[in-house]
Amino acid sequence: MNWLTRVARPKLKGILSKRDTPDNLWHKCRSCGEMVFHRDLVAARNVCPSCDYHMRLSPKERFEAVFDGGEYDEIELPDVAQDPLKFRDEKKYTDKLKTARTKTEQKDAVLVAVGALRGIETVVSVQNFAFMGGSLGMAAGEAIIRGAEEAVARKAPYVVFAAAGGARMQEGILSLMQLPRTTIAVEMVKEAGLPYVVVLTDPTTGGVTASYAMLGDVHIAEPGALIGFAGPRVIEQTIREKLPEGFQRAEYLLDHGMVDMVVHRHDLRDTLARVINLLVKKNTWTVSTGAPVENAASEDGQAGITASDAGNLPARLDAGSTGPAEILPPNKSNTKSQMD
Amino acid sequence: MKPPYNAPSQPMRTYLDFEKPIAELEGQAEELRQKSHTLESEGQPIDVAEEIARLEGKAATLLSDTYQKLTPWQKTQVARHPARPHFSNYVDHLIEDFTPLAGDRNFANDQAILGGLGRFNGRSVVVIGHEKGSDTQSRVIHNFGMARPEGYRKAVRLMSLAERFDLPVITLVDTAGAYPGIGAEERGQAEAIARSTDVCLRLGVPIISIVIGEGGSGGALALAAANRVFMLEHSIYAVISPEGCASILWPGSDGAKTQDAATAMKITAQDLENLKIIDGIITEPIGGAHRDPDTIMADMGATIERALKELEGKSPEILRQERRAKFLAIGREGLG
Repeated sequence: MNWLTRVARPKLKGILSKRDTPDNLWHKCRSCGEMVFHRDLVAARNVCPSCDYHMRLSPKERFEAVFDGGEYDEIELPDVAQDPLKFRDEKKYTDKLKTARTKTEQKDAVLVAVGALRGIETVVSVQNFAFMGGSLGMAAGEAIIRGAEEAVARKAPYVVFAAAGGARMQEGILSLMQLPRTTIAVEMVKEAGLPYVVVLTDPTTGGVTASYAMLGDVHIAEPGALIGFAGPRVIEQTIREKLPEGFQRAEYLLDHGMVDMVVHRHDLRDTLARVINLLVKKNTWTVSTGAPVENAASEDGQAGITASDAGNLPARLDAGSTGPAEILPPNKSNTKSQMD
Repeated sequence: MKPPYNAPSQPMRTYLDFEKPIAELEGQAEELRQKSHTLESEGQPIDVAEEIARLEGKAATLLSDTYQKLTPWQKTQVARHPARPHFSNYVDHLIEDFTPLAGDRNFANDQAILGGLGRFNGRSVVVIGHEKGSDTQSRVIHNFGMARPEGYRKAVRLMSLAERFDLPVITLVDTAGAYPGIGAEERGQAEAIARSTDVCLRLGVPIISIVIGEGGSGGALALAAANRVFMLEHSIYAVISPEGCASILWPGSDGAKTQDAATAMKITAQDLENLKIIDGIITEPIGGAHRDPDTIMADMGATIERALKELEGKSPEILRQERRAKFLAIGREGLG
């Protein structure tokens, strides 16, 4: 002990904790290292303003970004057997579930909601990577199926945002059985003549890709998303060589014919709306003002959402050719910009 | 851990590590027999028949005891036994006029999945399955039973052919998993597996699957979304290999947790029957299918025949509906 080590530290922590400020005001971009102010990040839907790196989004943030006016109804999901294998590794599976539930405020990895997407009633399922790596277990499988049933009942298109490391090992063979089960869900939607669109987000690997995530009518990937069956580590260990740059990234999958397009998150909502509109032979693409629908670049920072959306009532696919919103031909310049 | 590969055609028997005591007894009996032959040829016959019978009896009891209480990890080893009968052996025994068909019409002929037309108990069928190979050369040709997308696309092609000509489909599952390689990923391994599962589920003809060895994850499931799914007594079916599971859930355990992973994941035929995932178990001869291939072939033939009889005459729509209902019920019913 000397005077150097005896210095009394100013109690900064004490001062700070008295103020009611979030401790994560700044986020470091994993890609470019830039510090981004949290409000800017939220406004940009978790896309780094300096390098366009697409960070992960929670299901609720997804729903808000996709549905008109950020409004939607969550669909109640069925209960499933808890820990049927009484699985434990270093921790009990039930404890891992508890931790994940506390962290995400979700019961399991997939949430399902229904709402209007540019006026068309749409069912959307979102997988949350933050919940045990988004892993596909019985609960997630039931959620994907529930979403499909809801879409069929409402005659609504079904959009799934996939994100997962793969199947949930703690549920063993029961997790593998979600592959055929979710495949049946996709078949139900397709047989009902409804669009099934998959958005592949970072990362989507393993059993999820080997089932519902690769059976879409249309596959959209977010830029840079890791997408593949075997994880890169497994492949490296098998072939004992370094993998090529960009391997299994969204752009690589586009080059190899596995996805239809790679779409920036700020253009995603409009792209989804356009694809669905075209598939169901509707046109809710522009609203009655005739003005081009604004997208991510809107100055209020509410990427993809404009005030004009909020007033639109959802149009059912089985409704007559005139939806609730007055329909005008698509604005060509706007449509073009979405193609870039 | 794994014993060295030995072709089944070689006279020397391959023993698994837990079979060592059995190997010793069988070895002693064999040695005694050799010795008595030598002595006999030298004109000094000795009567060792009793001693040989005693040793063999002891070995048989030990074998039977051991195989009645195999751990999941031991079953994994039996399922992977190099001398275990593979797809080609079953086809040779059970299918007449087997006419292999090759290629996915897109890229290649993947030899990890074989298939073709043939006659089972008089009726035309389509048979598809993973083939692991039986010696070094054939193992390389068949890529150790690990298929690339072309294998699954060939399966899709053959299933569609079956549908067009109203032929039942029999699949034999035996793979460590789909091959994890650059080319496989490039050409859409995940899509190929998903599509094959989808086609199984939509088939308007009966499809029967038997897990004959390893049912390794999606690569196995792609051929096993069937009306009836059976497993051989010592086969396994899992979402990931015990080794893979251990390396992810017990990082740094360096193989020490493989047995725990095998147990925790519930991968045995008995586990899957309890979980209501499979429709039945085909009992293996004592000591595993490889000790008495003729018996397992006959029993498997009988099981397939029974299942086909139950399904034949059902309309395509009913076959589809029943298959769907069966998979949708998994996990919803019978987990207790």
